[in-house]
Amino acid sequence: MSARVLVGVKRVIDYAVKIRVKPDHTGVVTDGVKHSMNPFCEIAVEEAVKLKEKKLVKEVVAVSCGPQQVQETIRTALAMGADRGIHVEVSGKDYETLGPLQVSKILAALAKKEQADLIILGKQAIDDDCNQTGQMTAALLDWPQGTFASEVNIEADKLKVVREVDGGLETIKIKLPAVVTADLRLNTPRYATLPNIMKAKKKKIANVKPADLGVDVSSRLEVLKVDEPPQRQGGVKVETVNDLVRKLKEAGRI
Amino acid sequence: MAATRALVRGVRLGSYSIGRSRSLIFNSVQRRGIAACVDPSIGLTDEQKEFQKVAFDFAANEMAPHMAEWDQKEMFPVEAMRKAAQLGFGGIYVNPDVGGSGLSRLDTSIIFEALSTGCVSTTAYISIHNMCAWMIDTFGNNEQREKFCPDLCSMQKFASYCLTEPGSGSDAASLLTSAKLQGDHYILNGTKAFISGGGDTDVYVVMCRTGGKGPKGISCLVVEKGTPGLSFGKKEKKVMNIFGIRVLFRTGTPWSAIFLKDRNFSTGVNASSFVPTASCSLGAAHASVLLARDHMCVRKQFGETLSNSQFLQFKLAEMATKLVASRLLVRQAAVALQEGRPDAVSLCSMAKLFVTDECFSICNQALQIHGGYGYLKDYAVQQYVRDIRVHQILEGTNEVMRMIIARSLLTES
Repeated sequence: MSARVLVGVKRVIDYAVKIRVKPDHTGVVTDGVKHSMNPFCEIAVEEAVKLKEKKLVKEVVAVSCGPQQVQETIRTALAMGADRGIHVEVSGKDYETLGPLQVSKILAALAKKEQADLIILGKQAIDDDCNQTGQMTAALLDWPQGTFASEVNIEADKLKVVREVDGGLETIKIKLPAVVTADLRLNTPRYATLPNIMKAKKKKIANVKPADLGVDVSSRLEVLKVDEPPQRQGGVKVETVNDLVRKLKEAGRI
Repeated sequence: MAATRALVRGVRLGSYSIGRSRSLIFNSVQRRGIAACVDPSIGLTDEQKEFQKVAFDFAANEMAPHMAEWDQKEMFPVEAMRKAAQLGFGGIYVNPDVGGSGLSRLDTSIIFEALSTGCVSTTAYISIHNMCAWMIDTFGNNEQREKFCPDLCSMQKFASYCLTEPGSGSDAASLLTSAKLQGDHYILNGTKAFISGGGDTDVYVVMCRTGGKGPKGISCLVVEKGTPGLSFGKKEKKVMNIFGIRVLFRTGTPWSAIFLKDRNFSTGVNASSFVPTASCSLGAAHASVLLARDHMCVRKQFGETLSNSQFLQFKLAEMATKLVASRLLVRQAAVALQEGRPDAVSLCSMAKLFVTDECFSICNQALQIHGGYGYLKDYAVQQYVRDIRVHQILEGTNEVMRMIIARSLLTES
């Protein structure tokens, strides 16, 4: 198969960092804070590399949108086995307001330009938890989508995807080209090996601007305020079930 | 990688409180580089940051959860080390043409420092194994390199370094194990002591006497396990795991011989091991600083958390300062070594001396901050303390380090 896979990777605040809200409540503190690749994006990269190792796809291209620093994230993808990278330069205010709509437009444009046959993304990013980019990208391209994938198999020109849904597991067959978003149990991402990290240095990362792809990255959303979740209040103990029902009614809960 | 595995673990964990399970305790150690001022990735190249990340992830996922068990059961964790070797940690500064990763001494130091946060004792052994592979790679002929290095780099075979004897520790150049050439092979005779991995390993790099007295009469032979006459004493009961046992050589059949050209045998020790040893101490100290910091934020006494006590704040600041100073010294020494600078040996000695002492003090202080809990085996800090105590002794005692430095100062005048 001569398929080309596009994998989107996002640079997010490391999962283990304690998040702090900026004093002006416009966002969270990102300066000087440890960042790494979104865990679901790691799973997406791993799946793409696995497909390449099974010789079901020919080339894995890692894409990331953002300022200079996202090149670190692309390099991590290259160290895991991606063949080349594309850095879509978005910085400053545009980067702060960059969201799923703009990213999906960028990915759609890139998919056409690179003639990709498959796009694999993480199901959501751990910073905004949007869970929209994969779905929007598929809609813009008018491609089928297999989201929340816990298993992906290529069968001829179709993709068999097992999806984790609220009711359990759903298996669907979709035609290629398609968009897949990776869920937690799709695979366990590999460690990059020292030799692969060194090989990654030689792999190319192309630079592209959103304007080159004909994409307008201005946001339609305005963030008004960012706050920490409210502090958990203490509860009230009651003596009898009747008391409990009465209190719940008083609080308007039932 | 660490993120997804820990994500699953993180989601399941409840609130943070004293007396909780070990997995939570190790989880906090996984918060690599959160305290910006002691972040070990500061000043590194992007590539080095990648190496470090892999090492930290590996340490957090494959080593830290088993650290206590390996210690308690006195295990030589073959499987975990082989996994490490698959990532390239078996021959980090060995040439790629025989299976090594071909990285620099600085890269190696960064990697050992990170691995050490997962288990000091295992990492210390891995560093010795690496040194043995490097010695064969550097001083062996092609036949010897091709025979031993690929298996060592993949950890298909494990190696031990045999220098110390019951009668010669610091005075290494007075070693007695003899190797007499007979026809096309050597007859080896003697006893080695404190050999890390001894009995479990397959390849023994033995310093023995082929010539006259003193350092100039010493050569290096490589001996394989199973060779008739090679036997092992019982495992010593020691404060820390994988420290070593006695290895005995009695007469023999063909042994591979590698001759070391003039290699700092004026001190009888191999300066090559100073930086790795110090790097292992660094990892333990880094982990201990984070553990102490986290404990202080949670433990309450006198109506407030320990983090409000100015004395403890100052103690923590001192620990952090010593840690960063140590790290800078080790990394400089590694660079001096890889550049072959004339001051490399004395700088490495200074690094080993300073860093092993300071890091032990840091870990010890971290244990103190934990109070009574620090003394419980449920808490990792005591294992860091026990494991790095030996670094002030092995690979050249800190007293011998002083000898090297003093000699360097006084010879010039």
